[in-house]
Amino acid sequence: MGWQPSAKLDTLRARARLLGRIRSFFASREILEVETPLLCNTGVTDPALEPLTVERGSSIAEPRFLQTSPEYAMKRLLASHGQPIFQLAKAFRDGEAGARHNPEFTILEWYRPGFDHHELMAEVAELVRYCIGGRELHTYSYRQLFRELLSVDPFTATVAELQALASSRIDTGALTGDKDLWLDLLMSHVVEPQLATRGMCFVHDYPASQAALAQISEVDGVQVGHRFELYVDGLELANGYRELTDPAEQRLRFERDNLQRRDRGLAPRPLDERLLAAMAHGLPQCSGVALGVDRLLMLASGHADIRDVLAFDWARA
Amino acid sequence: MANYSTNDFRSGLKVILDGEPCSILDNEFVKPGKGQAFNRVKLRNLNTGRVWERTFRSGETLEGADVIDLTMEYLYTDGEFWYFMEPDTFEQHRADEKAVADALNWLKEQERFEVTLYNGAPLIVTPPNFVELEIVETDPGLKGDTAQGGSKPATLSTGAVVKVPLFINQGEVIRVDTRSGEYQNRVSKS
Repeated sequence: MGWQPSAKLDTLRARARLLGRIRSFFASREILEVETPLLCNTGVTDPALEPLTVERGSSIAEPRFLQTSPEYAMKRLLASHGQPIFQLAKAFRDGEAGARHNPEFTILEWYRPGFDHHELMAEVAELVRYCIGGRELHTYSYRQLFRELLSVDPFTATVAELQALASSRIDTGALTGDKDLWLDLLMSHVVEPQLATRGMCFVHDYPASQAALAQISEVDGVQVGHRFELYVDGLELANGYRELTDPAEQRLRFERDNLQRRDRGLAPRPLDERLLAAMAHGLPQCSGVALGVDRLLMLASGHADIRDVLAFDWARA
Repeated sequence: MANYSTNDFRSGLKVILDGEPCSILDNEFVKPGKGQAFNRVKLRNLNTGRVWERTFRSGETLEGADVIDLTMEYLYTDGEFWYFMEPDTFEQHRADEKAVADALNWLKEQERFEVTLYNGAPLIVTPPNFVELEIVETDPGLKGDTAQGGSKPATLSTGAVVKVPLFINQGEVIRVDTRSGEYQNRVSKS
């Protein structure tokens, strides 16, 4: 059994420098650093996220969930205090392991009351530049990107058209699924690799079905979720929203998630009533973003495998 | 055989895909932060040698393939089949022409080969990386000409023809790289 670390000493030094730099970026903008619990009473309803659970302990009556992100707790702070906050924390996602994923990872998440998602994208770009240096910057809407790279309109194309397109580019075998499955497949297998030579790329305004916790509105005759993703040198680095603030709509989305979970053979999850109560009290209009710090370190230190930037990767933890 | 989930896919795992026995070469986990997870898997079809790159939904399963690699001694051919023996049990296996295709040029009796069995029958016979074979026919060697370039064809005891340096003689044993089919060095003088 190997006891040695996965990362080299100079990478550990680069990590320490990066964390320092992130904190100084936010300190200079007077954004408050906060900490929220890792072990939470409720998990997320998102069908694509599996939390790890802690089942037993004399302090817990019910199983608790390791956070998949600090989003809900941070929104409760926003509802209470309304001021810009950031957090550097560990988050956990079950089953996510590979060259770009570790089930335990470091997440940077921050919220900006009064910002729309374009203003937050600009700040994300400044942070990334401040941490890893300049890159050429591109901003595409999701629709524009699919039209340019795949000659298809992701909003109006049918499931059959997207499936045919995906299957012409990728060996998809017996894969079946809804429209979002084919869009995710095209995005991750065909679009993302082509962003590798384009520096820093923001993709924004996703199909409403992929809005997650972003506000939805009509743009050019279609419903779009005001969500954005950042890719740097083809590596997916951050995901942000112009945040949904309406508690009734939030409850509907949670319930819709649980329906999707049921369709995929997954157990439904209890809704986070504390978040919903905070939203009923009033979440300020804001935008928020989560950024993968280990991936930022991969970019800063020139590593292609996440295991090379972790003191101890999942197998050695 | 057991079923394996995409999480279990490791390089070297043998599975059945579209009815064909395959060996997994690479398994890449692909997941957009907010989207569905996929595994992009490279597999070698052991029947055809072709490499597939197939994308699965994460968590999907494939049936394991009953494939094992054994070292066996080559015995003889009757012209239709090639016979191999497990050295420990003396159990004999009959390989067809398709299975021996890659090894055909290098089949020497009593030499050991890796035989991949699928459901108990030879699927592929893989030669060792280097074999030593006798030259049965080549033009006479040029005396003293050991440093000059230039080569000539030589027929080996297995029937394979390889290019050898001009100073090599009929009856000599040479070492050949089976992957490239190239002459390596002279092993002995007869």
